[in-house]
Amino acid sequence: MKRKSLLMTASALIAGSIFSGLAAAQDVIKVGVLHSLSGTMAISETTLKDTVLMMIDEQNKKGGLLGKKLVPVVVDPASNWPLFAEKAAQLLEKDKVSVVFGCWTSVSRKSVLPVFEKDNGLLFYPVQYEGEESSKNVIYTGAAPNQQAIPAVDYLMKEVGVKRWILEGTDYVYPRTTNKILEAYLKAKGVKPEDISVNYTPFGFSDWQTRVAAIKKFGSAGKKTAVVSTVNGDANVPFYKELGNQKISAEDIPVVAFSVGEEELSGVDTKPLVGELAAWNYFESIKTPANKAFIDQWHAFIKNPKRTTNDPMEATYIGFNLWVKAVEKAKTTDTEKVIATLPGLQTPNLTGGIAKVLPNHHITKPVFIGEVKADGQFNVVWKSSGVVPGDAWSDFLPGSKNIEADWVTLKCGNYNTVTKVCSGQNFK
Amino acid sequence: MKHIPSGGRQVIILLALWGAASLLAQSQKDTSFVSKLDALREASYSDKALIAEQLSQTGHPSVRAVLTALLEDRLYYRNTDQKIFIAKVSDSDPLDLVDPLSLKGAGSAPADGFTKIGTNNGLRHTLKMTVAHFSLSSPDVSVRRDAVREMMLSLDEPTVALLRQRAAVETNSSVKKEIATGLALADLDGTDTKPRLAAIEVLSHSVSQDVRNRLAALVDDEKDEKVRQAAISALRTIDRWRTFYSDIETLFFGLSLGSVLVLIAIGLAITFGVMGVINMAHGELMMLGSYTTFAVQAVMPGHIGASIFVSIPAAFIVSGLMGILMERAIIRFLYGRPLETLLATFGVSLILQQLVRSIFSALNRSVITPDWMSGSMRINDALAITYNRLYIITFTIIVFALIMLVLKRTRLGLDIRAVSQNRAMAKAMGIRTEWVDAMTFGFGAGIAGMAGVALSQLTNVGPNLGQSYIIDSFMVVVFGGVGNLWGSLIGGMSMGIFNKLLEPYAGAVLAKIFVLVALILFIQIRPRGLFPKAGRAAEDK
Repeated sequence: MKRKSLLMTASALIAGSIFSGLAAAQDVIKVGVLHSLSGTMAISETTLKDTVLMMIDEQNKKGGLLGKKLVPVVVDPASNWPLFAEKAAQLLEKDKVSVVFGCWTSVSRKSVLPVFEKDNGLLFYPVQYEGEESSKNVIYTGAAPNQQAIPAVDYLMKEVGVKRWILEGTDYVYPRTTNKILEAYLKAKGVKPEDISVNYTPFGFSDWQTRVAAIKKFGSAGKKTAVVSTVNGDANVPFYKELGNQKISAEDIPVVAFSVGEEELSGVDTKPLVGELAAWNYFESIKTPANKAFIDQWHAFIKNPKRTTNDPMEATYIGFNLWVKAVEKAKTTDTEKVIATLPGLQTPNLTGGIAKVLPNHHITKPVFIGEVKADGQFNVVWKSSGVVPGDAWSDFLPGSKNIEADWVTLKCGNYNTVTKVCSGQNFK
Repeated sequence: MKHIPSGGRQVIILLALWGAASLLAQSQKDTSFVSKLDALREASYSDKALIAEQLSQTGHPSVRAVLTALLEDRLYYRNTDQKIFIAKVSDSDPLDLVDPLSLKGAGSAPADGFTKIGTNNGLRHTLKMTVAHFSLSSPDVSVRRDAVREMMLSLDEPTVALLRQRAAVETNSSVKKEIATGLALADLDGTDTKPRLAAIEVLSHSVSQDVRNRLAALVDDEKDEKVRQAAISALRTIDRWRTFYSDIETLFFGLSLGSVLVLIAIGLAITFGVMGVINMAHGELMMLGSYTTFAVQAVMPGHIGASIFVSIPAAFIVSGLMGILMERAIIRFLYGRPLETLLATFGVSLILQQLVRSIFSALNRSVITPDWMSGSMRINDALAITYNRLYIITFTIIVFALIMLVLKRTRLGLDIRAVSQNRAMAKAMGIRTEWVDAMTFGFGAGIAGMAGVALSQLTNVGPNLGQSYIIDSFMVVVFGGVGNLWGSLIGGMSMGIFNKLLEPYAGAVLAKIFVLVALILFIQIRPRGLFPKAGRAAEDK
C-alpha cells in the first residue's frame, strides 16, 4: 500500500515536471548559476550567485529578453571540484540552460571545461585567473595576469622603487602559474635571481610566524622590498595579523595582494592592514554614476546597506550584460550563434571604461592599485591609462610565448604562430 | 596629589606664557601656519608631504601635534566651514575635538559632520621621519628610542647634529646606546682611521640588521685594510649573536605552535583519551567557542580588551552545554561502537557548521584583537616576541594546570578517573557513571570552547574553522598516547618545535608532510604513542 502510493506520487511528480517543462520551454530562457553555496568557497561564491539573481531580476523588470522571461537555475556544487562537472552536466543536459554563470577557483573551471566543450555550452567565468587557457565555450570576464599581476609589479617597480621581491602564494595552480610568469617578467626586467624569493604555503595556513620572520629578514638587506601575495582565502587574515604583530608596516615592506578585496576585508579587523596594496580592475570606492547605481541596486536587492561590492561582482555584471547584448544581436539563445556574436561586443564597465570582448574570449579592463583604508575600502593610488586587453597566453613564459588564441579568424584557442599548428582546444 | 599634569599640558602652559610674551611674532606664525594647514585639505598625497615639510619649518608650537595627528589618521575638517581639527581618538563617534592652533579642547561633535584627511604609504613614511625629529625631546623613553631608530634610517647632516645635541643631555642608558650606534654609523663615513675604528668597536655590540648591512657593505669595498679587518671581525661577532637570537626565535615559534596544538588537542584528550569516544565534532566545538567570542564582542563593543575575559568562561559554558547535549542525545547510545560514534559525531559536525552558517552567514566574522594582544615585545634589535603568541602559551599552561587540578583534586576528577579505569567497579561503588560520562564529555567540550577563544585571535572565525584543526588535534592525541594528558602536552609541544625547526629549510608544505611521515613511522614503532597507558585496563580497550 505504502509503496504503491509512493510510486503514484513519484509518477505524478515526473509527469508534472515534464508538463511544466514543456510549458516553460516556450516562454522562458533558463540561466544556469554554478556557484558553491556551501563548503569553503561559499564565502566568496554566494555573493556572485546573488549578483546573477539580481541581474536576472532587473532584466525581467525591463521585460525579459527576446520577449521571454529569464529563469535562474541555481545549483550548489558545494566547493567540491568533481561535483562541479556533475552539476554542469546537469545544467546543460537536463535543464538545458542557455548560458551558465559560474566557477571561482581555477580547479573548478578546469573541472567543468570538458563538459562545456562536449555539450557546447557557454560559461561566463568572472574571476581573475592565471591565464594559459582559451576555450571556445568560455568567456573570461576576470583579469588575465597581464591585467592584474604585471601592472601591479610595474607600479611597485616604477612608483615605489622596489628592488627586491618576495612572491608569496598558496600552493595551487593560480599562484604557481602567476608566480612563474612574474618571475620570468622580473628577470626580463633585470632583477637578479638572488633578489627574488618564491614561497608557497598550504591552503588555510595559519601559523605565519616563521614565514613573516623570513620576509622580515629578506626585506632588511638594505634594498626596498615588496611582497607580491597570491595567498588565497582564509590564510590572508592570519598573514596580515602576523605582519602587524611583527611590526612590518606597509611603509617598510608593502604587500600587494591579488585575492584580497572588499568582501574579504568585511570579515576582518582591518587595523593591521591599513596601507597594504591590492590590484584589481574595480574598487567599490571608485566614484562613477554607474558604480553608485550598481551599489544602490545591490543594497536594495540584498536588503543590507552594509554589504560591499567587489571585482568579481563587476565581472559578473559585465558578463551578464555582454550575454544579453549578444542574445539581442543574434536574436536567439543558441549557444553556437551567441558565441559567434560575442567577440567585438562592447558594454560599459562600472568604472567609466568600456569592456570589449576580444577574439581570444577575454575582455578589456582598466587596472587599479588601491591602498587599504581603515574602513575596509580601498584608496586608489594608481590606475592604468585606458583599458588593457586581456592576454590569454603570457608572453613571458617560454612555453606560451608563441601561442595565440583567436576564435574569430583562426578558430583556435591554442595556435602556435611558429609551427602554425593548432593544438588543444581546437574545434573544426 | 589630585592628578598628575601630563607632559603635554605642561608644554601648553609654557607655550601659553611664552606666547603672551611674544604676541606679535606668534600671531604672524599663526597666520602662516593656518594657511599651510588649510592647504592640506585639498592637496594630493605628494603635495601633502611638501606641506608637512613646510609646516615643520614654521616652528609653530602645534606642529608636532598636528603632524602626529595626520600620521595617526586623527586630522579632520568640518564639512560645514572646512575648519581643521585634531581628534583625540580616530574614528570615534562623537569625535573628541582639539583645536590645532591652541591645542585646547574644542568640545565633541558627531563624526558624520567631519571628513578625515587621508594619508598613504609614502606620506606616512615622510611624516614618521619628520615627527621623529620632534619626538627626540619627548619625556617618554620609548618614544625617544623609537625616534632615534627612525632617524638612524636616514642619517643626513642635520639629523646627525640633532643626535649629537641629544647625546649630550640624554640620561636614559638605552636611548644613549641607540644614539651612540647612530653616531657611530655616521662616523663610518669619515676619512680618519681612528674614529672609524672606534665606531666599528661601538657597532660590534649592536645586533641590528641595518648595522650588519652597513658593515657588510664596508667589508666589500673598503680600501683601508685596518678598518676592513676590524669590520670583518665585528661582522663575525654580530652574526654569531644574530644566529643565537634567531635560534631562540625559532624555539619560541615552535613553543607557540606547540601550545596551539596542545590547546586544540587537550579537550580531545579528555573525550577521546579518557572516554574513548572518537568525536569528529571536536573542531566544531572549538568553532562554537570562537563564535561565542564574536558574540560577546558584539554585546560589549566598548570593552574589547575586557571581552576576552568574559569570552573564556562563556565559551566554556556554551561548548560544554553543547557537549553534554551531544552526549545525552547521541553518544550515550553508541558507547562501545566506535565506528558508529565516528559517523554520528561527523554528522553532528556538519549540522553545527550549517547552524552557524544559517545564524551568522557563510561569511567570516570579524573578531577584533584587543590592543594589549597585538604588537610585540622587543628584546633587542634581533629578537622580538609577539604578544598574542606569548599570551596563548601562558593561556595553554593555565588551562593545562586547571585541567590537572580538576582531575586530581576534585570529586568530579576522582569520578572521571574511576570510571575511566574500571567502569563496573566504579558503578559498584555507587558512582553514577552515566552522569560522570555526561560531565566528562561536557568538560572536554568546554575546554574545546576555550581553545576556540584563543583560535579566534589567530585565524578566521568562520564555519570551516573546526575542520582545519581536527586532524592536528587527533594527531597530537595519538602521538602523545591515548588517555594521557601529559602525553598530549609533551606530544603537542615537540610536534610544534619539530615543525618549526624544519620549516625554514623545507618550507611550510614539506615541513607538514615530514611531520606526518615521522608520526606514521613513530606509530609503527610505538603504536600506543609516547606515554601509553599502563596496566590491564589499557589492554582491554
